[in-house]
Amino acid sequence: MTIRGKAYIVGVYEHPTRKADDRSLAQLHAEVARGALEDAGLTKDDVDGYFCAGDAPGLGGLSMADYMGLKLRHIDTTETGGSSYVIHVAHAAQAIAAGKCDVALVTLAGRPRAEGMATGTAPRSYGAAAPDVAFELPFGPTVVNQYAMAAMRHMHEFGTTSAQLAWIKVAASQHAQHNPHALLRDVVTVEDVLASPMIADPLRRLDCCVITDGGGAVVVARPEVAKRLPRPRVPVLGAGEAVKHQAGGRIDLTYTGAVWSGPAAFAEAGVRPADVKYVSIYDSFTITVLITLEDLGFCDKGRGGKLVADGNLIAGVGRLPFNTDGGGLCNNHPANRGGMTKVIEAVRQLRGEAHPRVQVKNCDVALAHGTGGSLATRHGSATLVMGRE
Amino acid sequence: MSVREERPIPAPPVNPETRPFWDAAAAGRLLLKRCAACTQPHHYPRVICPFCGSDRTEWTEATGRGTVYSYSVFRRAPIPYAIAYVTLAEGVTMMTNIVDCDVDAIRIGQPVRVVFKPTEGGPPVPMFTPA
Repeated sequence: MTIRGKAYIVGVYEHPTRKADDRSLAQLHAEVARGALEDAGLTKDDVDGYFCAGDAPGLGGLSMADYMGLKLRHIDTTETGGSSYVIHVAHAAQAIAAGKCDVALVTLAGRPRAEGMATGTAPRSYGAAAPDVAFELPFGPTVVNQYAMAAMRHMHEFGTTSAQLAWIKVAASQHAQHNPHALLRDVVTVEDVLASPMIADPLRRLDCCVITDGGGAVVVARPEVAKRLPRPRVPVLGAGEAVKHQAGGRIDLTYTGAVWSGPAAFAEAGVRPADVKYVSIYDSFTITVLITLEDLGFCDKGRGGKLVADGNLIAGVGRLPFNTDGGGLCNNHPANRGGMTKVIEAVRQLRGEAHPRVQVKNCDVALAHGTGGSLATRHGSATLVMGRE
Repeated sequence: MSVREERPIPAPPVNPETRPFWDAAAAGRLLLKRCAACTQPHHYPRVICPFCGSDRTEWTEATGRGTVYSYSVFRRAPIPYAIAYVTLAEGVTMMTNIVDCDVDAIRIGQPVRVVFKPTEGGPPVPMFTPA
């Protein structure tokens, strides 16, 4: 069974806040749900499928269904870190295709800034029962130094440079200047990135994404519902998901699960990388983008540095416009989970509703990709290909 | 930059499945798990082989020799330290720290050997130093 054309993204919403001192976590989830349903022209009473991940409070989907007053016949709380929401859209399309629900709501929200969380720079433990914890926590693994080791190895094997990585941030900042909600709207140069403080060799501060509060939501619906709604229709064309792990200690930091999720999504959608007009690529760090673009087949392995350099990711300038909202690097990385905003900006592009300065002309095929967890050692990869009608 | 101060090392949580690893570490020995069914070594240690699914996994002593696969000096920490993946002579790669050296001189491919460092109230953990 394919999901191609079996479901449509009919509503999206990105919370405008970037610091939510005055809101509860459940409230943020409900606000983004309301926003996406309003965008779709639907109400919460139309929702019969609900999707959320580990950022949801309390008992997750149960608590949020209770808070929002949802009557559900389908629920899915797949947790793959920041890639969860890209997977949720795919799972929603699958559930709709299987007749398990008609209107699926996906929400993400969080308030790490309000809570003063040391997101990337404090060793993070997922509890003493995590099977890997004893063999890692003593060595001080943080989000940033783990991603940094992937960058270091990529530089060693392929000659990738810090200046090439910096171009990814430069492109994101060029886009963010047009987004009034972006946390960081100042355009930066390669020199600015290279002059920013070293956090974990070889990643500098401006190689890292922002930490923001807020969230987002997506509504997915079956074709019969989508066709009676006023918004431009965005069909889900194909999806792929994968988990990459440490393979019993045969660690290879040079690639991600996108080598599996990408081809699956392209095959289901019936398109090739060359057909894609716009890409939303998970950008927890600059290196995440570079490795992912290689793995998705936008260039050969090891050539990512050349692909991203010299403005090639800047809308209206390069041949592969990416993250035209400013991405996680400049705009928003709510709850430390960037998959949701990747889907939302891809939908804006397909609807022709991106900012005019970054809108990609004739954007008929777009891709959103999520990478959640520890890059190349324990992460979920999710690729979603969408079209327009 | 030479790091003289010691970063406090959190104690590893020990459970019944991994206790032999930590008992050996306390005696200065680095153990790996090897599967008697498929002959493959793995790390971190498990009872069930992640390659073939057999439960015939056995503890085996590693040489403690390896090379740096990748590393990163965490500059933003109060006491900067070098996290690394070291590939052991036996073929498995493990997360560790590179210690007792100039962290600015660490290189990928560099030969290293195991040293055990005390933790806060737990068994010592395997770290590596230039060989």
